[in-house]
Amino acid sequence: MVPVSAYLILAAVLFGIGTIGVLITRNMIVLFMAIELMLNAANLALIAFSRAFNLVDGHVIVFLVLTIAAAEAAVGLALIVMVYRNRETINIDRFNVMKW
Amino acid sequence: MADYLFLIPLLPLIGFLVNGLLIGRLSRPLISLVACGSVALSFLLSIAAFFELRALAPEAREITQVLCGWISADLFHVNVAFLLDPLSAVMILTVTGVGLLIHVYSVGYMAHDKGYGRYFAYLNLFMFAMLTLVLADNFLLLFVGWEGVGLCSYLLIGFWYEKKSASDAGNKAFIVNRIGDFGFLIGVFIIFWNVGSLDFVAVSRLAPEVFVAGGGLITAACLLLFLGAIGKSAQIPLYVWLPDAMEGPTPVSALIHAATMVTAGVYMLARTNALFILAPGALLVVAVIGAVTALFAASIGLAQNDIKRVLAYSTVSQLGYMFLACGVAAFTAGIFHLMTHAFFKALLFLGAGSVIHAISSQQDMRFMGGLKKHLPITFPTMFIATLTITGIPFLSGFFSKDEILWKAFSSSVNGAWYLWVIGFVTAGLTAFYMFRLVYLTFYGEERMDTETRHHIHESPKSMTVPLMVLAVLSIVGGYVGLPHIFGVTNFFEEWLHPVMSGPSHEAARQALAAGGHSAAMEWTLMFASVALVLGAIYLAYYFYRKNTAAATSLAERLSWAKTTLVNKYYVDELYGAVVVRPTVYFSLFLWKIFDVIIIDGTLNGLARLWRDVSDALRHSQSGQLRGYATIFAVGVVLMIAYFILG
Repeated sequence: MVPVSAYLILAAVLFGIGTIGVLITRNMIVLFMAIELMLNAANLALIAFSRAFNLVDGHVIVFLVLTIAAAEAAVGLALIVMVYRNRETINIDRFNVMKW
Repeated sequence: MADYLFLIPLLPLIGFLVNGLLIGRLSRPLISLVACGSVALSFLLSIAAFFELRALAPEAREITQVLCGWISADLFHVNVAFLLDPLSAVMILTVTGVGLLIHVYSVGYMAHDKGYGRYFAYLNLFMFAMLTLVLADNFLLLFVGWEGVGLCSYLLIGFWYEKKSASDAGNKAFIVNRIGDFGFLIGVFIIFWNVGSLDFVAVSRLAPEVFVAGGGLITAACLLLFLGAIGKSAQIPLYVWLPDAMEGPTPVSALIHAATMVTAGVYMLARTNALFILAPGALLVVAVIGAVTALFAASIGLAQNDIKRVLAYSTVSQLGYMFLACGVAAFTAGIFHLMTHAFFKALLFLGAGSVIHAISSQQDMRFMGGLKKHLPITFPTMFIATLTITGIPFLSGFFSKDEILWKAFSSSVNGAWYLWVIGFVTAGLTAFYMFRLVYLTFYGEERMDTETRHHIHESPKSMTVPLMVLAVLSIVGGYVGLPHIFGVTNFFEEWLHPVMSGPSHEAARQALAAGGHSAAMEWTLMFASVALVLGAIYLAYYFYRKNTAAATSLAERLSWAKTTLVNKYYVDELYGAVVVRPTVYFSLFLWKIFDVIIIDGTLNGLARLWRDVSDALRHSQSGQLRGYATIFAVGVVLMIAYFILG
């Protein structure tokens, strides 16, 4: 049997990769993918705990998160399409008009 | 009973509202009708009130009409209430009667002024305030009227506000009066603190029980009240505003600065006589200030060339007489002189106004002369007023002034020979400066320029009729208060007796009667003052009519005295150096140093500090999403580290 800690370490590593992805990428779509990675890292941690304690709560929350992630992806991608139509770029660093 | 009492002040207020709110929309005849009509109705109601009061038994002559509650807080209760008693009856009759005549006169005098509606609105407002003052049944309502008349005085002195000197004079009157009002208020506080009431009737009744007669507290309270009277009634040291107040239109000088408002101080003293009688020390101060003011102002009047200023100093001097009377506890004599003075001084001012009107607004007597034949009504009426004020026997001024002089000599309270001497000398000076005025104005050669000389005209009917009415009043007004030695009843004294008699006052009256002063003494003093007055008139005749060269040479020999008098003893200059200029410098310090540097500096400095700090910090708001995310991530890591390691 694989210990819980192994799942958690995997989740932490995935979360870290996602975070670094968010921080270093300029491409909005890549940034979006990095966020998905972070969400799924969190899902993995939830399922690991759920199994370790033999409870279904974690599974329920994971389904919730998956649903919301799907909706969020739809809205987010739609936004990116609109942004591209307007500015012809999806470089996040170009969107800095809201400053001092 | 006398349910219409509240209408007496209210009617002029309505007149003020109509004329004031519809300013510039009413025709001149309509303005005059509203203004004069409202005062005329007040006058008729005052007469009715007088007769209603007279029908009562002397002890019952006290009608209070409570209109509504005003302030009610714990122990402090004040009503808006009017009190009709013999004293206020005399006052409302005088105020509305003289006021009505002056309103009518103003119709002619102000006929060509562009501020016609404004003028009558102010005048009606003044009548309202003055009637509130004399009818008030408590100190607070009296104070409302007191401030109201002060306001109207300010507005009317500065009526021709385009003229700098007029608006300055208005400010001076207002500011000088503040000093007196401050004292008056503190005096009222002391009375309320000790008596627990502000109603005149209650205070008069309770005062002998609450205060120790002659004690420090009552003396302080009375002196503070008197300070208010000094300001309002232009006594030393606060008289300086009254001569400058002559910048206002002449009917205003007649109504406010001669007949009514300036006598408010005398009225207030008479109203609170039950308090003053408990403080002989304060009364002595009143008597001395009154006497000294009478002499001082009369001496300045000797050397003034502006016809209205002579009359202004004369007013200050006559007010001094009234305070002298109050100071020797002869409040009745003071009120009597107040009434006769209202008649003859209003007449003098209106006559002077008629003269000024006739010769194209010239006020300097050096450019008058010979007007006797041109002004067939103004001259005789003004001459009657002059005879009255100088105290020629059997005219009203004679009776009232003589009573004051006699009381100053004989009263058991503070009566003294030196007070009589001051009053006596003042009577001589009065006769001299008044006849100087008459000779310079009406006799001799015509010293105005030819252009003016062609335009000399007698005033219209609306102006001459009030003059004639006032002349009649000046002659007969004194017969209500004939002296006892004539062997007749003094109606005026009988009438005011219920108001003037507290228990302590009764004792004073008896002491006065039993003072050991004989009728022979009174006759002697009376003849002495008449002789002095006649002598002074002859002197004026000699210097200004018969031998004008003598006047010039005397003036040269006594040039130092003349310069001092012409410059009014340099009192204005003294006040300027001692009070006004230090105040100006202190204000400059407060403005330039304290306000601009300290207060503004602190506030602006704080504001600048925050602005600079924010300026430095706001650049962290870069708009770079990745930057924000980095800070966010670092923050989360730090927090987790804190919880795990800490």
